[in-house]
Amino acid sequence: METLEKSGLNIAKIREEFPILDQKVNGKPLVYFDNAATNQKPRRVIEALANHYKTDNANIHRGIHTLAERSTAAFEETRHAVREFINANEAEEIIFTKGTSESINLVASSWGRKFLEEGDEILISAMEHHSNIVPWQMIAEEKSAQVKVMPIDENGDIILAEVDKLITEKTKMVAFNHASNSLGTINPVKEIVAKARKVGAKVLIDGAQATSHLEVDVQDLDADFYAFSAHKMYGPTGLGILYGKRTLLEKMPPYQGGGEMIKEVTFEGTTYNDIPYKFEAGTPDIANVVAFKKAIDFIDELGKDKIAAHENELLSYATTEIEKIDGVKVIGKANEKVSVLSFSVEGIHHFDIGMWMDAKGVAVRTGHHCTQPLMDFFCIEGTVRASFSVYNTIEEIDIFTQALKDTISKFKK
Amino acid sequence: MSNIQEIQDEIIEEFSMLDGDMEMTIGYIMELGDQLPEMDEVLKTEENIVKGCQSKVWLNAELKEDKIVFEADSNTAITKGLVSMLVRVLSSQTPQEIVDADLYFIDKIGLNRFIGTQRSNGLGAMMKQMKIYGLAFSTKTNV
Repeated sequence: METLEKSGLNIAKIREEFPILDQKVNGKPLVYFDNAATNQKPRRVIEALANHYKTDNANIHRGIHTLAERSTAAFEETRHAVREFINANEAEEIIFTKGTSESINLVASSWGRKFLEEGDEILISAMEHHSNIVPWQMIAEEKSAQVKVMPIDENGDIILAEVDKLITEKTKMVAFNHASNSLGTINPVKEIVAKARKVGAKVLIDGAQATSHLEVDVQDLDADFYAFSAHKMYGPTGLGILYGKRTLLEKMPPYQGGGEMIKEVTFEGTTYNDIPYKFEAGTPDIANVVAFKKAIDFIDELGKDKIAAHENELLSYATTEIEKIDGVKVIGKANEKVSVLSFSVEGIHHFDIGMWMDAKGVAVRTGHHCTQPLMDFFCIEGTVRASFSVYNTIEEIDIFTQALKDTISKFKK
Repeated sequence: MSNIQEIQDEIIEEFSMLDGDMEMTIGYIMELGDQLPEMDEVLKTEENIVKGCQSKVWLNAELKEDKIVFEADSNTAITKGLVSMLVRVLSSQTPQEIVDADLYFIDKIGLNRFIGTQRSNGLGAMMKQMKIYGLAFSTKTNV
Protein backbone atom coordinates (compact mmCIF):
# COMPACT_ATOMS: atom_id res chain seq x y z
CA MET A 1 0.00 0.00 0.00
CA GLU A 2 1.40 3.38 -1.02
CA THR A 3 0.76 5.73 1.85
CA LEU A 4 2.36 9.06 2.30
CA GLU A 5 3.01 10.27 5.82
CA LYS A 6 2.12 13.78 6.92
CA SER A 7 5.68 14.72 6.03
CA GLY A 8 4.99 13.82 2.41
CA LEU A 9 7.46 10.92 2.54
CA ASN A 10 6.62 7.37 1.51
CA ILE A 11 8.10 5.58 4.49
CA ALA A 12 7.21 2.08 3.26
CA LYS A 13 9.22 2.73 0.13
CA ILE A 14 12.09 4.23 2.11
CA ARG A 15 12.20 1.13 4.31
CA GLU A 16 12.77 -1.02 1.24
CA GLU A 17 16.12 0.72 0.85
CA PHE A 18 17.22 -0.66 4.24
CA PRO A 19 17.68 -4.43 4.04
CA ILE A 20 18.69 -4.74 7.71
CA LEU A 21 15.24 -3.64 8.90
CA ASP A 22 13.59 -6.68 7.39
CA GLN A 23 14.52 -9.28 10.01
CA LYS A 24 13.39 -10.89 13.21
CA VAL A 25 15.30 -10.49 16.45
CA ASN A 26 14.59 -12.99 19.22
CA GLY A 27 11.66 -14.20 17.14
CA LYS A 28 10.07 -10.74 16.87
CA PRO A 29 10.18 -8.22 14.00
CA LEU A 30 13.08 -5.85 14.59
CA VAL A 31 12.19 -2.36 15.79
CA TYR A 32 15.41 -0.38 15.58
CA PHE A 33 15.29 2.64 17.89
CA ASP A 34 19.00 3.07 18.56
CA ASN A 35 19.55 5.53 15.76
CA ALA A 36 21.36 8.14 17.83
CA ALA A 37 24.12 5.58 18.38
CA THR A 38 24.30 4.75 14.69
CA ASN A 39 21.60 4.61 12.09
CA GLN A 40 21.17 2.00 9.37
CA LYS A 41 22.54 2.15 5.85
CA PRO A 42 20.51 2.33 2.66
CA ARG A 43 21.24 -0.22 -0.05
CA ARG A 44 22.98 2.37 -2.21
CA VAL A 45 25.61 3.00 0.47
CA ILE A 46 26.22 -0.72 0.97
CA GLU A 47 26.47 -1.23 -2.79
CA ALA A 48 28.78 1.73 -3.32
CA LEU A 49 31.10 0.27 -0.71
CA ALA A 50 31.17 -3.11 -2.41
CA ASN A 51 31.42 -1.59 -5.89
CA HIS A 52 34.40 0.48 -4.94
CA TYR A 53 36.30 -2.67 -4.03
CA LYS A 54 34.94 -4.55 -7.04
CA THR A 55 35.87 -2.00 -9.69
CA ASP A 56 37.79 1.09 -8.57
CA ASN A 57 39.98 0.26 -5.61
CA ALA A 58 43.42 1.90 -5.69
CA ASN A 59 45.31 4.21 -3.40
CA ILE A 60 44.50 7.84 -4.00
CA HIS A 61 46.34 11.03 -4.92
CA ARG A 62 49.72 9.47 -5.83
CA GLY A 63 48.99 6.86 -8.48
CA ILE A 64 48.99 7.79 -12.13
CA HIS A 65 47.15 4.73 -13.40
CA THR A 66 43.47 4.66 -14.30
CA LEU A 67 42.17 2.98 -11.14
CA ALA A 68 44.04 5.49 -9.00
CA GLU A 69 42.50 8.29 -11.03
CA ARG A 70 39.00 6.86 -10.61
CA SER A 71 39.49 6.26 -6.92
CA THR A 72 40.86 9.75 -6.34
CA ALA A 73 38.06 11.37 -8.30
CA ALA A 74 35.38 9.51 -6.33
CA PHE A 75 37.10 10.35 -3.04
CA GLU A 76 37.34 14.04 -3.83
CA GLU A 77 33.80 14.07 -5.16
CA THR A 78 32.60 13.22 -1.64
CA ARG A 79 34.62 16.12 -0.24
CA HIS A 80 32.76 18.44 -2.60
CA ALA A 81 29.43 16.87 -1.66
CA VAL A 82 30.19 17.40 2.03
CA ARG A 83 31.14 21.03 1.34
CA GLU A 84 27.80 21.57 -0.29
CA PHE A 85 25.94 19.64 2.39
CA ILE A 86 27.11 21.97 5.17
CA ASN A 87 27.63 24.98 2.90
CA ALA A 88 31.31 25.41 3.63
CA ASN A 89 33.05 28.09 1.64
CA GLU A 90 35.47 25.70 -0.05
CA ALA A 91 36.18 21.97 -0.26
CA GLU A 92 39.67 22.40 1.25
CA GLU A 93 37.98 23.21 4.55
CA ILE A 94 36.64 19.65 4.75
CA ILE A 95 38.96 17.17 6.50
CA PHE A 96 38.24 13.46 6.70
CA THR A 97 38.86 11.84 10.09
CA LYS A 98 37.87 8.62 11.88
CA GLY A 99 34.84 10.17 13.53
CA THR A 100 33.54 13.10 15.53
CA SER A 101 35.81 12.15 18.42
CA GLU A 102 38.91 12.33 16.25
CA SER A 103 37.74 15.60 14.71
CA ILE A 104 37.48 17.15 18.16
CA ASN A 105 40.77 15.64 19.28
CA LEU A 106 42.42 17.09 16.19
CA VAL A 107 41.27 20.60 17.06
CA ALA A 108 42.00 20.28 20.78
CA SER A 109 45.45 18.95 20.06
CA SER A 110 46.53 21.03 17.05
CA TRP A 111 44.72 24.32 17.67
CA GLY A 112 45.04 23.97 21.43
CA ARG A 113 48.76 23.33 21.36
CA LYS A 114 49.38 26.39 19.23
CA PHE A 115 46.92 28.89 20.63
CA LEU A 116 46.15 28.04 24.25
CA GLU A 117 48.16 29.61 27.02
CA GLU A 118 48.32 29.35 30.78
CA GLY A 119 45.20 30.76 32.43
CA ASP A 120 43.07 30.55 29.26
CA GLU A 121 39.61 29.08 29.50
CA ILE A 122 37.70 26.59 27.40
CA LEU A 123 33.94 26.69 27.80
CA ILE A 124 31.89 23.54 27.20
CA SER A 125 28.29 22.70 28.12
CA ALA A 126 26.91 20.42 30.83
CA MET A 127 25.37 18.14 28.21
CA GLU A 128 28.52 17.25 26.27
CA HIS A 129 29.44 13.76 25.19
CA HIS A 130 32.68 12.58 26.79
CA SER A 131 34.36 13.11 23.42
CA ASN A 132 33.73 16.85 23.72
CA ILE A 133 34.92 16.93 27.34
CA VAL A 134 38.00 14.75 27.63
CA PRO A 135 40.07 16.16 24.71
CA TRP A 136 39.66 19.63 26.25
CA GLN A 137 40.59 18.39 29.71
CA MET A 138 43.70 16.79 28.25
CA ILE A 139 44.93 19.90 26.45
CA ALA A 140 43.89 22.12 29.37
CA GLU A 141 46.05 20.09 31.70
CA GLU A 142 48.98 20.31 29.32
CA LYS A 143 48.60 24.06 28.92
CA SER A 144 47.53 24.92 32.49
CA ALA A 145 44.27 26.19 31.02
CA GLN A 146 40.86 25.65 32.58
CA VAL A 147 37.69 23.95 31.38
CA LYS A 148 34.48 25.70 32.45
CA VAL A 149 30.94 24.48 32.03
CA MET A 150 27.79 26.20 30.75
CA PRO A 151 25.00 25.01 33.05
CA ILE A 152 21.64 23.69 31.92
CA ASP A 153 18.19 23.88 33.45
CA GLU A 154 16.06 20.87 34.36
CA ASN A 155 14.43 20.79 30.94
CA GLY A 156 17.86 20.34 29.40
CA ASP A 157 18.30 23.81 27.92
CA ILE A 158 21.54 25.77 28.34
CA ILE A 159 20.96 28.71 30.71
CA LEU A 160 22.00 31.56 28.43
CA ALA A 161 22.07 34.16 31.20
CA GLU A 162 24.76 32.10 32.91
CA VAL A 163 26.73 31.85 29.67
CA ASP A 164 27.11 35.62 29.67
CA LYS A 165 28.83 35.40 33.03
CA LEU A 166 31.11 32.59 31.94
CA ILE A 167 32.33 34.02 28.64
CA THR A 168 35.13 36.43 29.50
CA GLU A 169 38.31 37.75 27.98
CA LYS A 170 39.97 34.56 29.21
CA THR A 171 37.69 32.36 27.09
CA LYS A 172 39.56 31.14 24.02
CA MET A 173 37.32 28.29 22.88
CA VAL A 174 33.62 27.56 23.25
CA ALA A 175 32.82 23.93 22.40
CA PHE A 176 29.33 22.45 22.57
CA ASN A 177 26.97 20.22 20.68
CA HIS A 178 24.44 21.29 18.10
CA ALA A 179 22.09 18.63 19.46
CA SER A 180 22.45 16.52 22.60
CA ASN A 181 22.78 12.74 22.26
CA SER A 182 21.25 12.09 25.68
CA LEU A 183 18.48 14.68 25.82
CA GLY A 184 17.82 15.64 22.22
CA THR A 185 18.15 19.36 23.02
CA ILE A 186 18.85 21.52 19.98
CA ASN A 187 21.18 24.23 21.20
CA PRO A 188 20.96 27.89 20.14
CA VAL A 189 24.22 27.81 18.21
CA LYS A 190 24.01 31.27 16.69
CA GLU A 191 23.28 32.96 19.98
CA ILE A 192 26.21 31.30 21.70
CA VAL A 193 28.51 31.98 18.73
CA ALA A 194 27.56 35.66 18.95
CA LYS A 195 28.51 35.70 22.63
CA ALA A 196 31.84 34.02 21.85
CA ARG A 197 32.59 36.55 19.11
CA LYS A 198 32.32 39.43 21.55
CA VAL A 199 35.45 38.21 23.33
CA GLY A 200 37.17 36.82 20.24
CA ALA A 201 36.80 33.17 21.31
CA LYS A 202 36.73 30.41 18.71
CA VAL A 203 33.78 28.02 18.50
CA LEU A 204 33.69 24.29 17.87
CA ILE A 205 30.32 22.65 17.29
CA ASP A 206 29.87 18.90 17.83
CA GLY A 207 27.33 18.19 15.12
CA ALA A 208 27.21 14.40 15.49
CA GLN A 209 23.52 14.37 16.45
CA ALA A 210 22.49 17.21 14.17
CA THR A 211 23.56 16.49 10.61
CA SER A 212 20.96 13.85 9.80
CA HIS A 213 18.10 15.91 11.22
CA LEU A 214 18.83 19.62 10.86
CA GLU A 215 19.87 21.99 8.10
CA VAL A 216 23.50 22.79 8.77
CA ASP A 217 25.04 25.88 7.21
CA VAL A 218 28.44 26.42 8.78
CA GLN A 219 28.80 29.89 7.28
CA ASP A 220 25.42 30.99 8.57
CA LEU A 221 26.19 29.50 12.01
CA ASP A 222 29.61 31.16 11.80
CA ALA A 223 31.22 28.12 13.42
CA ASP A 224 35.01 28.00 13.36
CA PHE A 225 34.94 24.22 13.53
CA TYR A 226 32.11 21.77 12.96
CA ALA A 227 32.64 18.07 13.67
CA PHE A 228 30.39 15.15 12.71
CA SER A 229 30.28 11.44 11.85
CA ALA A 230 29.17 9.69 8.66
CA HIS A 231 27.65 6.72 10.47
CA LYS A 232 25.02 8.78 12.26
CA MET A 233 23.71 10.00 8.91
CA TYR A 234 23.12 6.75 6.99
CA GLY A 235 26.80 6.54 6.03
CA PRO A 236 29.59 4.10 6.85
CA THR A 237 31.20 3.68 10.28
CA GLY A 238 34.75 4.80 10.98
CA LEU A 239 34.49 8.04 9.07
CA GLY A 240 34.23 11.53 10.47
CA ILE A 241 34.41 15.03 9.14
CA LEU A 242 36.01 18.14 10.48
CA TYR A 243 35.08 21.45 8.96
CA GLY A 244 37.37 24.32 9.84
CA LYS A 245 37.73 27.83 8.53
CA ARG A 246 40.67 28.07 6.13
CA THR A 247 42.33 30.92 8.00
CA LEU A 248 42.43 28.80 11.15
CA LEU A 249 43.35 25.48 9.57
CA GLU A 250 46.28 27.11 7.79
CA LYS A 251 47.69 28.45 11.05
CA MET A 252 47.35 25.11 12.83
CA PRO A 253 50.22 22.60 12.96
CA PRO A 254 49.65 19.06 11.62
CA TYR A 255 47.95 16.61 13.95
CA GLN A 256 49.78 13.47 12.87
CA GLY A 257 52.78 12.82 10.67
CA GLY A 258 52.96 10.40 7.77
CA GLY A 259 52.35 10.07 4.08
CA GLU A 260 50.07 12.48 2.21
CA MET A 261 50.46 15.30 4.73
CA ILE A 262 53.95 16.35 3.55
CA LYS A 263 55.27 18.56 0.81
CA GLU A 264 58.91 17.53 1.08
CA VAL A 265 60.73 15.28 3.49
CA THR A 266 64.46 15.13 4.16
CA PHE A 267 66.14 13.83 7.27
CA GLU A 268 66.90 17.43 8.13
CA GLY A 269 63.27 18.46 8.11
CA THR A 270 59.87 18.36 6.48
CA THR A 271 57.60 20.88 4.89
CA TYR A 272 53.89 20.24 5.13
CA ASN A 273 51.25 19.91 2.48
CA ASP A 274 48.39 22.39 2.11
CA ILE A 275 44.97 21.89 3.71
CA PRO A 276 43.11 19.57 3.82
CA TYR A 277 45.95 17.09 3.18
CA LYS A 278 48.08 18.50 5.98
CA PHE A 279 45.58 16.91 8.36
CA GLU A 280 45.05 13.63 6.51
CA ALA A 281 48.21 11.64 7.25
CA GLY A 282 48.33 8.14 5.81
CA THR A 283 45.94 6.32 3.49
CA PRO A 284 42.45 7.45 4.40
CA ASP A 285 39.33 5.29 4.57
CA ILE A 286 38.86 5.58 0.82
CA ALA A 287 35.99 3.14 0.30
CA ASN A 288 33.94 4.59 3.14
CA VAL A 289 34.52 8.13 1.92
CA VAL A 290 33.37 7.11 -1.55
CA ALA A 291 30.26 5.36 -0.20
CA PHE A 292 29.44 8.28 2.09
CA LYS A 293 28.53 10.36 -0.96
CA LYS A 294 25.53 8.06 -1.43
CA ALA A 295 24.35 8.74 2.12
CA ILE A 296 24.45 12.47 1.44
CA ASP A 297 22.51 11.90 -1.80
CA PHE A 298 19.94 9.90 0.16
CA ILE A 299 19.36 12.71 2.66
CA ASP A 300 19.30 15.36 -0.07
CA GLU A 301 16.80 13.42 -2.13
CA LEU A 302 14.36 13.11 0.77
CA GLY A 303 14.97 16.65 1.96
CA LYS A 304 15.98 17.56 5.49
CA ASP A 305 12.74 19.45 6.05
CA LYS A 306 10.68 16.35 5.30
CA ILE A 307 12.96 14.10 7.32
CA ALA A 308 12.67 16.47 10.27
CA ALA A 309 8.90 16.70 9.88
CA HIS A 310 8.56 12.91 9.97
CA GLU A 311 10.96 12.46 12.88
CA ASN A 312 9.25 15.22 14.85
CA GLU A 313 5.94 13.50 14.36
CA LEU A 314 7.45 10.25 15.67
CA LEU A 315 9.06 12.02 18.63
CA SER A 316 5.94 13.86 19.60
CA TYR A 317 3.74 10.76 19.30
CA ALA A 318 6.20 8.58 21.25
CA THR A 319 6.58 11.22 23.97
CA THR A 320 2.81 11.53 24.40
CA GLU A 321 2.35 7.77 24.48
CA ILE A 322 5.02 6.94 27.04
CA GLU A 323 4.07 9.82 29.29
CA LYS A 324 0.70 8.12 29.72
CA ILE A 325 2.44 5.17 31.37
CA ASP A 326 2.63 5.20 35.17
CA GLY A 327 6.13 5.72 36.51
CA VAL A 328 7.68 6.86 33.23
CA LYS A 329 9.62 10.09 33.40
CA VAL A 330 10.93 11.76 30.26
CA ILE A 331 14.44 13.15 30.77
CA GLY A 332 15.06 16.15 28.55
CA LYS A 333 12.18 18.44 27.70
CA ALA A 334 13.99 21.15 25.83
CA ASN A 335 12.08 23.64 23.74
CA GLU A 336 13.53 22.24 20.56
CA LYS A 337 14.62 18.63 20.21
CA VAL A 338 15.93 16.19 17.66
CA SER A 339 14.28 12.77 17.67
CA VAL A 340 15.85 11.50 20.88
CA LEU A 341 13.58 10.31 23.69
CA SER A 342 15.35 9.56 26.98
CA PHE A 343 13.36 8.31 29.93
CA SER A 344 13.51 6.47 33.20
CA VAL A 345 10.95 4.22 34.85
CA GLU A 346 10.44 4.47 38.58
CA GLY A 347 11.76 1.44 40.43
CA ILE A 348 13.12 -0.38 37.38
CA HIS A 349 16.74 -0.29 36.31
CA HIS A 350 17.34 0.85 32.73
CA PHE A 351 19.42 -2.26 32.09
CA ASP A 352 16.45 -4.52 32.89
CA ILE A 353 14.20 -2.50 30.61
CA GLY A 354 16.69 -2.64 27.77
CA MET A 355 17.09 -6.40 28.07
CA TRP A 356 13.34 -7.01 28.13
CA MET A 357 12.80 -4.71 25.18
CA ASP A 358 15.49 -6.56 23.25
CA ALA A 359 13.77 -9.87 23.98
CA LYS A 360 10.71 -8.29 22.38
CA GLY A 361 12.68 -7.27 19.29
CA VAL A 362 12.99 -3.60 20.24
CA ALA A 363 16.51 -2.15 20.15
CA VAL A 364 16.96 0.80 22.52
CA ARG A 365 20.00 2.21 24.22
CA THR A 366 20.47 2.08 27.98
CA GLY A 367 23.08 3.63 30.23
CA HIS A 368 24.75 6.97 30.63
CA HIS A 369 25.23 7.51 26.87
CA CYS A 370 28.81 8.71 27.48
CA THR A 371 27.48 11.76 29.29
CA GLN A 372 28.19 10.91 32.93
CA PRO A 373 28.36 14.52 34.16
CA LEU A 374 24.91 15.08 32.66
CA MET A 375 23.52 11.99 34.41
CA ASP A 376 24.99 13.33 37.67
CA PHE A 377 23.10 16.58 37.07
CA PHE A 378 19.82 14.70 36.86
CA CYS A 379 20.89 12.47 39.79
CA ILE A 380 20.43 9.31 37.76
CA GLU A 381 22.74 6.49 36.72
CA GLY A 382 21.38 6.36 33.22
CA THR A 383 18.30 6.34 31.06
CA VAL A 384 16.58 4.28 28.41
CA ARG A 385 16.90 6.09 25.10
CA ALA A 386 14.77 5.59 22.01
CA SER A 387 15.89 7.56 18.97
CA PHE A 388 14.27 7.71 15.58
CA SER A 389 15.37 7.91 11.98
CA VAL A 390 13.42 8.59 8.82
CA TYR A 391 12.61 4.90 8.23
CA ASN A 392 10.84 4.48 11.58
CA THR A 393 7.05 4.38 11.75
CA ILE A 394 4.14 5.16 14.04
CA GLU A 395 3.36 1.41 14.07
CA GLU A 396 6.83 0.73 15.44
CA ILE A 397 6.23 3.24 18.22
CA ASP A 398 3.05 1.35 19.10
CA ILE A 399 5.07 -1.87 19.32
CA PHE A 400 7.68 -0.08 21.44
CA THR A 401 5.07 1.41 23.77
CA GLN A 402 3.36 -1.95 24.19
CA ALA A 403 6.72 -3.64 24.84
CA LEU A 404 7.48 -1.01 27.48
CA LYS A 405 4.12 -1.55 29.17
CA ASP A 406 4.61 -5.35 29.15
CA THR A 407 8.10 -4.92 30.57
CA ILE A 408 6.89 -2.70 33.39
CA SER A 409 4.15 -5.20 34.22
CA LYS A 410 6.80 -7.89 34.83
CA PHE A 411 8.05 -5.85 37.76
CA LYS A 412 4.69 -5.31 39.42
CA LYS A 413 4.32 -7.86 42.14
CA MET B 1 25.42 -30.89 48.97
CA SER B 2 25.72 -31.37 45.24
CA ASN B 3 29.01 -30.74 43.56
CA ILE B 4 29.67 -28.02 41.01
CA GLN B 5 29.05 -30.28 38.06
CA GLU B 6 25.74 -31.61 39.39
CA ILE B 7 24.42 -28.12 40.06
CA GLN B 8 25.41 -26.96 36.61
CA ASP B 9 23.64 -29.93 35.05
CA GLU B 10 20.51 -29.09 37.06
CA ILE B 11 20.54 -25.54 35.73
CA ILE B 12 21.05 -26.76 32.16
CA GLU B 13 18.06 -29.08 32.61
CA GLU B 14 15.88 -26.22 33.92
CA PHE B 15 16.75 -23.95 31.03
CA SER B 16 16.17 -26.66 28.45
CA MET B 17 12.43 -26.37 29.24
CA LEU B 18 12.44 -22.77 28.01
CA ASP B 19 13.11 -23.75 24.39
CA GLY B 20 15.52 -20.85 23.90
CA ASP B 21 12.67 -18.34 24.02
CA MET B 22 14.31 -15.09 25.05
CA GLU B 23 11.38 -13.65 26.98
CA MET B 24 10.85 -16.87 28.91
CA THR B 25 14.57 -17.06 29.57
CA ILE B 26 14.73 -13.55 30.97
CA GLY B 27 11.58 -14.18 33.01
CA TYR B 28 13.14 -17.31 34.49
CA ILE B 29 16.42 -15.55 35.21
CA MET B 30 14.46 -12.92 37.15
CA GLU B 31 12.67 -15.66 39.11
CA LEU B 32 16.04 -17.10 40.06
CA GLY B 33 17.02 -13.64 41.25
CA ASP B 34 14.05 -13.64 43.60
CA GLN B 35 15.32 -16.91 45.07
CA LEU B 36 18.74 -15.52 45.89
CA PRO B 37 19.16 -15.39 49.69
CA GLU B 38 19.05 -11.79 50.81
CA MET B 39 22.43 -10.20 51.28
CA ASP B 40 23.09 -8.50 54.58
CA GLU B 41 22.93 -4.73 53.93
CA VAL B 42 26.12 -4.16 55.93
CA LEU B 43 27.99 -6.26 53.37
CA LYS B 44 27.00 -3.92 50.54
CA THR B 45 30.13 -1.89 50.90
CA GLU B 46 32.14 -0.04 48.29
CA GLU B 47 34.83 -2.71 48.68
CA ASN B 48 32.41 -5.49 47.83
CA ILE B 49 31.28 -3.90 44.57
CA VAL B 50 32.20 -5.80 41.42
CA LYS B 51 32.06 -3.04 38.86
CA GLY B 52 30.10 -3.54 35.68
CA CYS B 53 29.24 -0.80 33.24
CA GLN B 54 25.48 -0.62 33.63
CA SER B 55 24.61 -2.58 36.74
CA LYS B 56 26.08 -2.91 40.20
CA VAL B 57 26.99 -6.23 41.75
CA TRP B 58 28.01 -6.78 45.37
CA LEU B 59 29.89 -9.92 46.29
CA ASN B 60 31.07 -11.08 49.70
CA ALA B 61 33.02 -14.25 50.46
CA GLU B 62 33.66 -15.94 53.76
CA LEU B 63 35.37 -19.18 54.64
CA LYS B 64 33.17 -21.46 56.75
CA GLU B 65 34.39 -24.96 57.62
CA ASP B 66 36.82 -25.01 54.70
CA LYS B 67 34.14 -23.92 52.26
CA ILE B 68 33.58 -20.52 50.71
CA VAL B 69 30.16 -19.04 51.30
CA PHE B 70 29.28 -16.35 48.81
CA GLU B 71 26.65 -13.69 49.36
CA ALA B 72 25.73 -11.42 46.50
CA ASP B 73 23.19 -8.95 45.18
CA SER B 74 22.66 -6.60 42.26
CA ASN B 75 20.70 -3.41 41.66
CA THR B 76 19.16 -4.82 38.49
CA ALA B 77 16.71 -7.70 38.43
CA ILE B 78 18.22 -9.59 35.50
CA THR B 79 21.78 -9.33 36.72
CA LYS B 80 20.57 -10.47 40.14
CA GLY B 81 19.23 -13.60 38.48
CA LEU B 82 22.54 -14.25 36.78
CA VAL B 83 24.36 -13.61 40.04
CA SER B 84 22.02 -16.02 41.78
CA MET B 85 23.07 -18.83 39.41
CA LEU B 86 26.76 -18.25 40.07
CA VAL B 87 26.15 -18.26 43.82
CA ARG B 88 24.12 -21.45 43.50
CA VAL B 89 26.94 -23.17 41.58
CA LEU B 90 29.95 -21.94 43.50
CA SER B 91 28.83 -21.15 47.04
CA SER B 92 29.59 -23.71 49.78
CA GLN B 93 32.26 -25.39 47.68
CA THR B 94 35.91 -25.69 48.67
CA PRO B 95 38.37 -23.05 47.46
CA GLN B 96 40.18 -25.59 45.27
CA GLU B 97 36.94 -26.74 43.64
CA ILE B 98 36.10 -23.14 42.87
CA VAL B 99 39.52 -22.51 41.35
CA ASP B 100 39.24 -25.65 39.23
CA ALA B 101 35.59 -25.14 38.22
CA ASP B 102 34.82 -25.24 34.54
CA LEU B 103 31.65 -23.16 34.29
CA TYR B 104 30.27 -24.81 31.19
CA PHE B 105 26.61 -24.18 32.07
CA ILE B 106 26.83 -20.58 30.91
CA ASP B 107 27.64 -21.58 27.37
CA LYS B 108 25.18 -24.49 27.43
CA ILE B 109 22.19 -22.36 28.41
CA GLY B 110 23.11 -19.64 25.95
CA LEU B 111 24.03 -17.04 28.51
CA ASN B 112 27.31 -16.09 26.87
CA ARG B 113 25.56 -13.10 25.41
CA PHE B 114 24.91 -11.81 28.93
CA ILE B 115 28.56 -11.85 29.83
CA GLY B 116 30.57 -10.16 27.12
CA THR B 117 31.65 -6.56 27.27
CA GLN B 118 28.59 -5.87 25.14
CA ARG B 119 26.14 -6.49 27.97
CA SER B 120 28.53 -5.04 30.46
CA ASN B 121 26.64 -6.25 33.48
CA GLY B 122 29.59 -7.18 35.58
CA LEU B 123 28.91 -10.91 35.43
CA GLY B 124 32.22 -11.72 33.77
CA ALA B 125 33.94 -9.62 36.41
CA MET B 126 31.99 -11.45 39.11
CA MET B 127 33.08 -14.88 37.85
CA LYS B 128 36.65 -13.70 37.89
CA GLN B 129 36.27 -12.30 41.40
CA MET B 130 34.83 -15.60 42.69
CA LYS B 131 37.80 -17.46 41.25
CA ILE B 132 40.17 -14.97 42.86
CA TYR B 133 38.50 -15.59 46.23
CA GLY B 134 38.91 -19.32 45.57
CA LEU B 135 42.59 -18.84 44.91
CA ALA B 136 43.10 -16.57 47.90
CA PHE B 137 41.36 -18.94 50.31
CA SER B 138 43.04 -22.04 48.85
CA THR B 139 46.44 -20.58 49.71
CA LYS B 140 45.17 -19.92 53.23
CA THR B 141 43.70 -23.38 53.74
CA ASN B 142 46.76 -25.12 52.33
CA VAL B 143 49.12 -23.42 54.75
